[in-house]
Amino acid sequence: MIVVENLTRKFGDFTAVDSVSFEVGAGEIFAFLGPNGAGKTTTIRMLTTLLAPTSGRLRIDGLDPVRQQHEVRTRFGIVFQDPSLDQNLTARENMDLHGVLYGVPRRVRRERIEVLLRLFELWERRDDLVQQFSGGMRRRLEIARGLLHTPRILFLDEPTLGLDPQSRNQLWTHVRQLNQEEGVTVFLTTHYLDEADRVAGRIAVIDHGKIVAIGTSQQLKERTGKATLEEAFLALTGTALRDESANAAERMRAMARMWRGRR
Amino acid sequence: MSVIYILWLRELKRYTRSRVQIVSSLGQPLLYLLVLGYGLSPVFRASGAGSYLQFVAPGVICMTVLFSSMFSGIALLWDRQFGFLKETLVAPVPRIQIMIGRTCGAATTALLQGVLVAVVCVIAGFRPVSIALVPLGLAFLMLIAVVFTALGTTIGSSLKDMQGFQMVMNFLVLPIFFLSGALFPLQHLPAVLTVLTSIDPLSYGVDGMRGALIAQSHFGMSLDAGVLGGVALAVIVAGAWRFSKIEV
Repeated sequence: MIVVENLTRKFGDFTAVDSVSFEVGAGEIFAFLGPNGAGKTTTIRMLTTLLAPTSGRLRIDGLDPVRQQHEVRTRFGIVFQDPSLDQNLTARENMDLHGVLYGVPRRVRRERIEVLLRLFELWERRDDLVQQFSGGMRRRLEIARGLLHTPRILFLDEPTLGLDPQSRNQLWTHVRQLNQEEGVTVFLTTHYLDEADRVAGRIAVIDHGKIVAIGTSQQLKERTGKATLEEAFLALTGTALRDESANAAERMRAMARMWRGRR
Repeated sequence: MSVIYILWLRELKRYTRSRVQIVSSLGQPLLYLLVLGYGLSPVFRASGAGSYLQFVAPGVICMTVLFSSMFSGIALLWDRQFGFLKETLVAPVPRIQIMIGRTCGAATTALLQGVLVAVVCVIAGFRPVSIALVPLGLAFLMLIAVVFTALGTTIGSSLKDMQGFQMVMNFLVLPIFFLSGALFPLQHLPAVLTVLTSIDPLSYGVDGMRGALIAQSHFGMSLDAGVLGGVALAVIVAGAWRFSKIEV
């Protein structure tokens, strides 16, 4: 479903992603882990047509994200690290807008919106404005929205950041259920290693732009001789803190926190 | 087409739902209208230029549209990181449609806000000289809304973070307003001001509005319309180009 060969992305002299190769099969739940600034988001941006690679080969469902941008975009749904709902619209209006953007025919749209909102336990609140929703509800709505156009792949970039354990647990239960029922391939990043351990079939660990390990949680633990995935992760990536200098998006995020509090 | 329509509709829904914001954004124009309008009236009348309220009302209406459209254009900066815009930018839709839908929507809401202030002006005692020319004034107002929404889009697409925002407000939006002749007549100005006011696109908008509403035009309404139309075309092209370059 996803094929990545020798993928490299440079920003000036800095190599954010350095000759990365991996494959994700159809129906898999694949976790992409790494410390801050390791190259996770850059990789996702390249996979989702938002950034062109410097070199290397990419395939999403057999298509090239650089040359077949439009076709590729219909094949995946994405939940960004930062919220991207319109808070002044209702849950249903947000869904409907997405349906129009992705060219989902009206009838299909209506049916699928109901199915997804019921599945994510948001149907009762469908006509409420998103600004009245809790952080967990918003995240669920974003995932439901990402699935509206029946994508083959769902990208989740740190979807549980800032959620309480109950919401996180519920969110992953839904994602797993969808993965089983609709066979959608899930590509996720998270900093909560227990989540990756529980949800993901296979895990890739990336650090300094390179993949340092790839395999099931069990394989990673065996390879490093550690008992938990967290220990294995620290063994693979070291314990040094990564102090990246704040970029424009980080500064905006800091500002957003100041104004609204954590989502 | 359906994409442009639904993005336009989205802006309209957002506008009508933010009642508090609509009311609070009437505050500033009201201050200009009532305090300056009545405050400067005696001096203005003494100089033989007629009613200052009559004179300043078209300027205040233009100011509202300027602020409202520039702001929604620049809000794009926020919207693309923490808002719905990001979602539209990964959709299988040409960027130009998104830009047009958003710009039309924002221009429409700015226009509505301008009309609202116009109604307030009438309540405060402003009277257009000819009802028949009111639609012409509306057309000028629409041109202003389009020009500055597109300009805001251009800037909002180019800025990296919110620090640039304050700069734009202080060094672009406020000068555009103060140099437009919204508050003073363009005749008999010092040479520097004459030059500055005549390169400010809003001058032509305000002048066109005065031509239509109170039959006083400095440049002539056809020149006003020509300049505004030309600028509109240029900034729409610039906005579309910058918008196509946004990285998410």
